[in-house]
Amino acid sequence: MANYKDLIAGQQNKKGGIIEAFHAIQAEYNYIPQEALKEAARAFGISEARAYGVATFYSYLSVEKRGKYIVRMCESAPCHVAGADAVLEAIQKHLGVGVGETTADGKFTVELCECIGQCQATPVITVNSLPVFNVKPEDVPRILSEYK
Amino acid sequence: MGEKRVLLEYADQINPESAEDYIKVGGYKGLEKARSMEKKALIDEVKKSGLRGRGGAGFNAGMKWSFVPQDAPVKYVVCNLDEGEPGTYKDRIICEKNAQALLEGMAICGAAIGSDLGYIYCRGEYPFVVELLRNAVKSAKDAGALGDFDIEVRMGAGAYVCGEETALIESIEGHRGEPRFKPPFPGVAGLWGVPTVVNNVETFACLPYILVNGAEWFAGIGAEKYPGTKVLTLTGDINNATYFEVPTDYKLRDVIYELGGGMKNGKKFKAVQVGGTSGAFIPEENLDTPIDFDSMGAIGAALGSGAVLVLDETRDIVDTVTRIAKFFEHESCGKCNPCREGTFRMYEMLTRINEGKGTGKDLDNILRLAKTMRRASLCGLGQAAPAPVESTIKYFRHEYTRKLV
Repeated sequence: MANYKDLIAGQQNKKGGIIEAFHAIQAEYNYIPQEALKEAARAFGISEARAYGVATFYSYLSVEKRGKYIVRMCESAPCHVAGADAVLEAIQKHLGVGVGETTADGKFTVELCECIGQCQATPVITVNSLPVFNVKPEDVPRILSEYK
Repeated sequence: MGEKRVLLEYADQINPESAEDYIKVGGYKGLEKARSMEKKALIDEVKKSGLRGRGGAGFNAGMKWSFVPQDAPVKYVVCNLDEGEPGTYKDRIICEKNAQALLEGMAICGAAIGSDLGYIYCRGEYPFVVELLRNAVKSAKDAGALGDFDIEVRMGAGAYVCGEETALIESIEGHRGEPRFKPPFPGVAGLWGVPTVVNNVETFACLPYILVNGAEWFAGIGAEKYPGTKVLTLTGDINNATYFEVPTDYKLRDVIYELGGGMKNGKKFKAVQVGGTSGAFIPEENLDTPIDFDSMGAIGAALGSGAVLVLDETRDIVDTVTRIAKFFEHESCGKCNPCREGTFRMYEMLTRINEGKGTGKDLDNILRLAKTMRRASLCGLGQAAPAPVESTIKYFRHEYTRKLV
């Protein structure tokens, strides 16, 4: 795993690029560890409070530890009318955790999200931001078994 | 009447990343022409084409550019690719089919306002589009197609409000994506305080074709006051849930029954929501309306982003609108009170009604609150959030009243 200092330094030439630095950190860690947040604040010359304010504003950024795979259920209107509730229930049942929780083995975190712009194939879930189309509740175990 | 493809004419026939592919089908000729023109003449040409913003606000693009002071030493071109409006994916499609047209359009804008740096702000839900665009920029730079104009791609992180242009600017600057008070408008003081033009992906992508074919050609397509084509995305209870590019005088009924292939599973039509989740719901009686900005406005609806969500007779309007209210409650940035409190209370009251515990008083309060939010919210989020609620109470009131205690 890359050192977060290097990850941040890699984005430092981008003016105002702290969100890009957060993305780089999350690409490795799936969340922003406290030490990394402090370092990013220092590198971009803003207070820790301000950096924390940015990190907690955006729903795709997290300062809480998350699993190796983030499973997101889209619950916007097109997915809602296509049966998102039943898919979410199947995900929670299969993994044994609720929304915002991580499985005991640290593998999966379940989150809700709003429209991800793949409405040609609703309902849609994403696993680490890659969309899975036309998901039926009975497909969930097979889809998630592909992530080791 | 079928589609009219301008932006998507070569969809799936060219590699969207490749400048060479794009040049083979006539690409970058518009930029060449733009650069041979005087700035004022170029802006006048775009004004004359009648091109209006495709992100939802419908402002004349050339007019927007003309607000930028020509003597400012640094100016920016910003592309809004933060299409967060649920049911919308037309900007993704434009990038995935014709990314180079977007880059060329941004460079044309750069030539018009005298800017040599553009930013594309892509929503965090599309990391693969960010990659595609970075490769496309590299290809265009390597081919020398962009000349001195540079483009940087930045990625958002899941905040609907960043589709609002000043919130988007805040986000590029590395801040929380909260809208600014206007004025000053971005054309005068935008990104890092300097004059900035913010346009939508689709708006930029129209520009090469306007330059090559002329303003009159563009002005002659579709509706007189909102000319050109529009990329629509169809979702919900419709047979062909996909994207289409149509002239702007195309009728909503034809979108659903011709291109859309009609209702799924032979069910009857109940309502259609155009423009994304912040759009009004439209009943059967208004389906013969053209999709252009002004015609939709005249029936109390909005073209918005061009999302078309179709609901059949079995759909529960109150349940759907309650879900939509939850969306706004979640996405309100919290900066202004009418929106922060308003979206919260709106969701609270709708949930009560949806669960069969609401009263007539709740319905009255919802309408009062809707009016306040529309008039007093700082940005489009809070102003538009009541539209689906108000329009469904207007056209589908019985669905609410039957759930009241």
